[in-house]
Order: sequence, then structure tokens, then C-alpha cells
Amino acid sequence: MKLTLTIWRQRNPGSRGKFVSYPMNDVNPEMSMLECLDVLNESLIERGEEPVAFEHDCREGICGSCGFMVSGIAHGPEPATTVCQLTMRHFKDGDELVLEPWRSRSFPFLKDLVVDRRSFDRIIQAGGYISVSTGSPQDGNDIPVGKEVADRAMDAAACIGCGACVAACPNGSAALFTGAKIAHLGILPQGKPEQDRRAVRMVAQMNTEGFGSCTNIGECTGVCPKEIPLEVIAKMNHDYLAGAWKERHKVVTAITPVTDWELAKK
Amino acid sequence: MKLDARIPSGPIEQAWDKAQFDMKLVNPANKRRHTLLVVGSGLAGASASASLGELGYNVKCFCFQDSPRRAHSIAAQGGINAAKNYQNDGDSIYRLFYDTVKGGDFRAREANVYRLAQNSVKIIDQCVAQGVPFAREYGGLLENRSFGGAQVSRTFYARGQTGQQLLLGAYQALERQVDAGQVTMFPRTEMLDLIVIDGQARGIVARNLITGKPDVHIGDAVILATGGYGNVYYLSTNAKGSNATAIWRAYKRGALFANPCFTQIHPTCIPVSGDYQSKLTLMSESLRNDGRIWVPKQQGDKRRPDQIPEDERDYYLERKYPSFGNLVPRDVASRNAKAVCDEGRGVGETGLGVYLDFSDAIARLGEETIRERYGNLFDMYQRITDENPYKVPMRIYPAIHYTMGGLWVDYQLQSTIPGLFVLGEANFSDHGANRLGASALMQGLSDGYFIIPYTIGNYIASTRLARVSDSAPEVQQSLSSVKAGIEKLLSIKGKRTVDSFHRELGKIVWEECGMSRNAAGLQKAIGQIRALREEYWQNLNVPGSGDDLNQSLEKAGRVADFFELGELMCLDALERNESCGGHFREEYQTPDGEARRDDEHFSYVAAWGYTGPGNRPELNKEPLEFEYVHPSQRSYK
Ligand SMILES: Cc1cc2nc3c(=O)[nH]c(=O)nc-3n(C[C@H](O)[C@H](O)[C@H](O)COP(=O)(O)OP(=O)(O)OC[C@H]3O[C@@H](n4cnc5c(N)ncnc54)[C@H](O)[C@@H]3O)c2cc1C
Ligand code: SF4
Ligand code: FES
Repeated sequence: MKLTLTIWRQRNPGSRGKFVSYPMNDVNPEMSMLECLDVLNESLIERGEEPVAFEHDCREGICGSCGFMVSGIAHGPEPATTVCQLTMRHFKDGDELVLEPWRSRSFPFLKDLVVDRRSFDRIIQAGGYISVSTGSPQDGNDIPVGKEVADRAMDAAACIGCGACVAACPNGSAALFTGAKIAHLGILPQGKPEQDRRAVRMVAQMNTEGFGSCTNIGECTGVCPKEIPLEVIAKMNHDYLAGAWKERHKVVTAITPVTDWELAKK
Repeated sequence: MKLDARIPSGPIEQAWDKAQFDMKLVNPANKRRHTLLVVGSGLAGASASASLGELGYNVKCFCFQDSPRRAHSIAAQGGINAAKNYQNDGDSIYRLFYDTVKGGDFRAREANVYRLAQNSVKIIDQCVAQGVPFAREYGGLLENRSFGGAQVSRTFYARGQTGQQLLLGAYQALERQVDAGQVTMFPRTEMLDLIVIDGQARGIVARNLITGKPDVHIGDAVILATGGYGNVYYLSTNAKGSNATAIWRAYKRGALFANPCFTQIHPTCIPVSGDYQSKLTLMSESLRNDGRIWVPKQQGDKRRPDQIPEDERDYYLERKYPSFGNLVPRDVASRNAKAVCDEGRGVGETGLGVYLDFSDAIARLGEETIRERYGNLFDMYQRITDENPYKVPMRIYPAIHYTMGGLWVDYQLQSTIPGLFVLGEANFSDHGANRLGASALMQGLSDGYFIIPYTIGNYIASTRLARVSDSAPEVQQSLSSVKAGIEKLLSIKGKRTVDSFHRELGKIVWEECGMSRNAAGLQKAIGQIRALREEYWQNLNVPGSGDDLNQSLEKAGRVADFFELGELMCLDALERNESCGGHFREEYQTPDGEARRDDEHFSYVAAWGYTGPGNRPELNKEPLEFEYVHPSQRSYK
């Protein structure tokens, strides 16, 4: 089948970007979106041009590396599917697909379709864990966890940290991502002791990173490749309010966002 | 070179306790004065970095992805073994040890495997405490499933995303240490050389993939946890970025490479559909618990599966191996799939596929139960193939999946270079010639949480570590060789892309050093690889510059290393004149086509040493002794 890929090309954050259209004459419907880009890149290199930079690793929809807008929809039109698993059979002969990077001030632009998502790591650093050091905790079966509870925690824990929720949100909010971790850990008995502190610190970090606030639009869950439900945001708000009240006398310090890449200097 | 594995003497049950007791300790206040470099943030690297940070060391952790959470471990689906015996079905540490040594076809070190089985129990406890949402029964207790090569149910899992959940547990522990200031994370940073000073590993040269700059990092020890090298084959189930560069550059600096030809072909992957294909997708082997594998009895039978009546189907694994049936180990399942396809009984467009059929299980347990167990795998299959596996049997074919070989390490996980430790899939240690399902996750976490924190202390406490400055000649030599390597790749300006070379290399290695091997083929492959490598260095085209994000350049360096490693794999396979586990030499088989081991001549670890460019590497042998599990021909009949 024939397609046109119109792709955002920009060498680096300092240069000017623009859309460039690439006609593709021989797209196999079984290919994934990324394999289609592979084919384009091979031909670009052969013509002496620079290939399109895009992120990917597992190509199985689990690592969260890949992701860009496909004609205005984060990860493209198929529900619950990352671009690495999006097969071309979902498009029609003659379609034009517009590929653009995630646009968010909290995901600084790097090159072509690649952005910097370290803000997500810092949100996790701020409390997305259970503080148990390696050693000898009690036997895994000492604290029973009901199947429904474990299943709900797993539903939230399935987040792959891709950033589509942020890209899709008109406010650029990271509530679905942050809520997913707060819900995963907060639902489990093991995560209860830190529930307040976790929610307060993670939300503070989210705000420090410059993500927008959630106004319950719901675009995020619609594009989320793991179908993380909106209820995680309710859980986040609940834990945050409870925590903010209980910890009202404590000073919350957020981690300073780092946006440059001169890592070795620090 | 005489290889000393430093295995503690005495009964195997006490070996690890004894080793731990004999280790020197680092005073807590001194730990923070020591910098440890951990390369890799998968299960092995993240668990090590977190645990070492908790102990008080100053840790620097590196990964090439944009976040440590993306390491390839994230993709593991099926589960993790542990000898908990929660099911009361006769499991024990000894049985897990026994199964692993036998499953590895008697080519692993007994003491290491025993320790792995001991640690397995602690891993589950640790992960549960971290909040890993393992599958639970209604009563709230942990649930288990069974996996290939075992007759007990000892596999813990989190839906079809066990690796993801275990890695997120380790990643979160790691981020907690980043917040605490104990660990500094260097994402998008690729190690390109090891710095060895006075025989000790003292640092790395790593390239910042955004600025393009190679930087020097000095430390008191270097820990490589950089995963496996399955991508030599181009098409594999590994993530696209998985590579051998870190371990290969360490090999060139003097670390021995053990059993490079021991690679694992996984029996249940989605068959190849076209030549644009960039990777192969695994369907977890846990599916073999409920799916039945079959092909038509008749050659060239092109009927739809539902039109082939029961008595015209050949459930070949159940027929040939009645006691393990569909749950035979991976190497056996893969070879049998290849055999039926070679006979012309394969299914699907290409004839390279067999059916994995769930209709009996669905009839017995209902679609809901099957969805509970494998829902996300079924969805993934449908997304890729556009076929509904609840209705039509899946089509599967073997694909390269895991590499048992890796850098040689002793019992303390130290390589032949003092101060260079190797963990996880990057080392060769525990799986012999074939890995059992659900045991790589176990090994990665055992190495990272429960072994390295002890053995690194012993090294630090018993070693004199001189101060190293960035201007030391060894440091400058490593740095300039990395720079020269990058320049070289960029300066060829030939006609062919990296991927086109990689594909061709992969094909050679898959054909001749894949599921089955023979001497003539291996010799031919070595010639082909050399010729293609020659062309690589003449005709490669890497666009762009070395000063910014350049994904072609990243790949080009990795593929250059795959060329050399591919040749070593063939050489190792050629030298090992026996069949064992995943290494099947056609010349050495029993009359009914099973692998024929030769314990008299080949009961050893083949550890290869680099001797300079173009020279034949030197073969060192570590003899293997079996005091507990006596070598027998593996039988799964
Ligand atoms: C699809 C799939 C499913 C699997 N399922 C299972 C299962 O169910 N059960 C099981 O037990 N095992 C399974 N395995 C095997 C298991 O996942 C791996 O063996 C294991 O996760 C490897 O972990 P690791 O920590 O050694 O390496 P990895 O997770 O591969 O991590 C490697 C790390 O090293 C870094 N790195 C690599 N090279 C460099 C470099 N040069 N510079 C800097 N950083 C570098 C990477 O960034 C990454 O962080 C599966 C494997 C695959 C492919
Ligand atoms: S919540 Fe969904 S969309 Fe957002 S990062 Fe997680 S997986 Fe991606
Ligand atoms: S490449 Fe890993 S999720 Fe798409």
C-alpha cells in the first residue's frame, strides 16, 4: 500500500524544525509503525540524508521507550497500543500520517521525535517506592493480599511510563502517570505506612516539574497503551488530601529538575 | 591460564554461608569513600545499584536508554522460579538445584547453582515487600504456575508482565537511592571501554549519547550487568538496543569469555512474516502449560486447522515425551519444531511454524480462566497477527532468546580482571548449556541483591587501591582509542547501512550456529563472517556526526562488536565436539536424534582469551565436577 509520512524534523533544541513529507510506495500492512520508519530510514541513509531519530527498544509495548503523535493521537488510533505494536493494516491506502514528538514543557525536546522524559524518573524518586532495603523481610506469604486487591494494584502497576497521557492532555498533566504509581503502592498493605508522605511528595514533584493540573478531561486514559483507569487519579487526590492534612507541619522539598545533559560534570 | 573458580570447600549446602563468613568486611564509615561503577540497570544492575547504595557505597549507574526502567528485563513475561514449596508438591532447594543442573545439561558449576536455588527463596520475600503485585489466590496467598523442565509448580508471576514488575521494584529501590544521594544515574550513556590499571579494573569510558562526548569515570570496581548478546543474530526476542559492547570491550581488555556458543532458542515465538521484520516476539513459554503443540500428520497439508480432524494431527511432544509432554525444556521443544518443519509438516504461509492450540484448555476451563492467565499475551498475538487465538490455534516457531555464555566469573562473580564483576545475563555462570524458563530473572536478582553486596565488600576490603587520576596513561589510552573508534566508523562513508550488514551477519550465524550446527557449516560461517566484516570496514555508511544524538553511530559500534563475537561463537561451537543443551552438533546425536554429550572430553567451561587483532583466541578450560547431581543423559520421556 501507499502512504505519506509527514514527520517533524528538527536537529536539536536550538535549531528550527519543520514538517517534511516522505511518500512511501511499498508499505506492507503487516509492518509495525516503527518498521515502517525503519524502511524509510534505510532509504534516507542510502540517499545520503540523516535518518529520523525516534525512540524504541523492546518493540513489544512494554518498555515505554517509543511514542509520538500519529495524526494528532498519541500512539495512533488503535486503543491500548503503542506505536511499536501499531500495525499498518489499520491505515488505508493513500493515507497521510503526521508524526510529531510529544509536546510538553516538562518533556524538553531533543531531536526529531525524541524528547527528554527524565521528569518521570524524578517523580518516582520523590516517593514512588516502598522503603525496604535489601535484607530479610518476612516471608512473602506472611501478609495475605486478597486477589481483588492484588489485581487492582496490578492494573495500576502496568503503566510503562511512556508519557502519552501527558502528550494527550490539553493541560499537559502527569496525573495519570503519577496516580498510577500512588495507586499501585497505596492499594497494597505493604505500601500503607508511606501512603501520606508518598502522595504529598510525588504530587509536589509533579508540580515542580511544570506539568499542568488535572481537570478531569480523560484524554489520558483514552490514549494510554495500558488502559490505566481514571480511578488512579481519584486515589491520588484522596491520598494527597489526607496526606497534606496529616503532614501539614512538614516542609516538602522537591528535587530540582535537571534539563541539561552535561551529566559527567556533576 | 589457570582458572580458579574459588569454590568454597566442604558440603555444598554450607558453601555460601562459609564463603560469606570468610569474606572481609568494609567498615560502614569507609563505604562512602568507595565509588563503584555499575553498568546496566536491568534486574541485575538495578538490584545491585540499589543494594550497594543502601549499604553506603557511592554508586554510579549507567544505561543507554533514557531511563533505567527501560532495561530489557522489563520485557520478561512468564515468571520467576523459587523453591518455596508453597504448593506442597515436593519442591525444595535441592530439587531446584537438581533441575537447573540437569536442565543445563551438566555444563554449569554445581556450587553456583546451589547458591542460586538458596537465594531464590529470599528474592520472592524481598520483591513482595517492595510491592511487586504477584498473582494471588482468593485466600490472599501467592499463586504459582509450572514451567518447562520442571514437574513442580514453583513459578511466581505477575500476569504476563513478571519482568516488568520485578524491574519496577528494583528500579524504584534504585530511584530511592538516587533521592538519598547514594546513587548517581547516567541514562543515555553507553560504556565503550574498560580502564585497566595495574591489572585492576578502575574505570570506564562512556559516551554521552546526547552530547556525543566520551567521558572517563573512575571507580574502585566496575560491575557489568549489561545483559545478553542474542542480537548477534539480528532477529531475536531481545530488545533492539541489547548489545554485547560492554562485555566485548572488557574481553578485549583481558576478561575471558566463556561458552560463547551456548545460546538458547526459545520454542514459542511468533513466526517471521516478512523481510522488513525488525525483531521477533516471544509468546511466553507459560503458554505451554495449557496449550497443546501439534502439526498435521501429513506433509504439505494446507487445510485450515479446524478442518484437520483429531486423528490426523500429530501432538509430537506428547507422543515422544509422554512424561513431560508439552513441558519439555526449551532446547528439546525447539529442535522438535524444527524437525517437523524440515519434514515439510510446518504450518502457515512459510511452512516455518507449528500450532499451539488452546481449544482443549478452553473447553476444560472456560475462556474466562484462559483470559485471566494469558489475556495480555493473547492480545499481543492478535495485535501482531490479526488472528484470534481464542478461536484459531496460535502459530509459533523457535527464535533466539537468551545467551547462556558470557564473561567468565568465579564464585564471587569476579572476572579474570580483578575488580571487574559481571552479573546477570552478561556472565556465564549458572545455566550451563541450556537455561530453564523463569530462571534468568531469578539469577539476575540473586546476583544483584544477594551476592554482589557481599563479594564486592570482600574485594574492596582485601585490595590495595591506589589513587587514579584522569591523566594516567591507561586512562588517556582508553579515551583516545574510543575516540578513534568513533572517528573510524564515521569516516568510512561507504554505501551500505548498518542494518543491512547486521541482517546479513545474523543470517549467517542463525543458519550455521543456530538451532543445529556442524563442523563444515561452522567453518564456512567463519569465512563468511570475516569476508563480510572486511566489507563492513570498507563500505559502511554512517550518516551524521559524532557530536550529537546519532542512532546509526550507536548501532555501528555495536554491530562491529557483534561481528567479532559472532566469529568467536562459531569457533567455540566448532571446538566443542559434542552436543549439549542448546548446542546441537549434528555429528553428535543418539540414534533417536537426541543430543549426545561427551562428558569424558567436554565436561568443562570453555573460556576464551583475547590475543590481539586477527589472532586466534586462546582456549582455557575450567573442568567441571559433579559431586551431587550425577551426569546422566537427560531424559524427558
Ligand atoms: C521477551 C523475553 C522474555 C523473557 N521472559 C523471561 C521469563 O519469563 N523469566 C525469566 O526468568 N527470564 C526471562 N527472560 C530472560 C530475562 O529477561 C533476561 O535474561 C534478564 O532480564 C536479563 O537481565 P540483566 O539485568 O542481565 O540485563 P538487561 O535487563 O538486558 O539489562 C541490561 C542493561 O545494561 C545496559 N547496557 C547494556 N549495554 C550497555 C553499555 N554498553 N553501556 C551502558 N549500559 C549498557 C542497558 O541499558 C540495560 O540497562 C526473557 C527474555 C526475553 C527477551
Ligand atoms: S499512564 Fe499510560 S499513557 Fe501515561 S505513562 Fe503510564 S502507560 Fe503511558
Ligand atoms: S519500543 Fe518498547 S514500548 Fe514500544
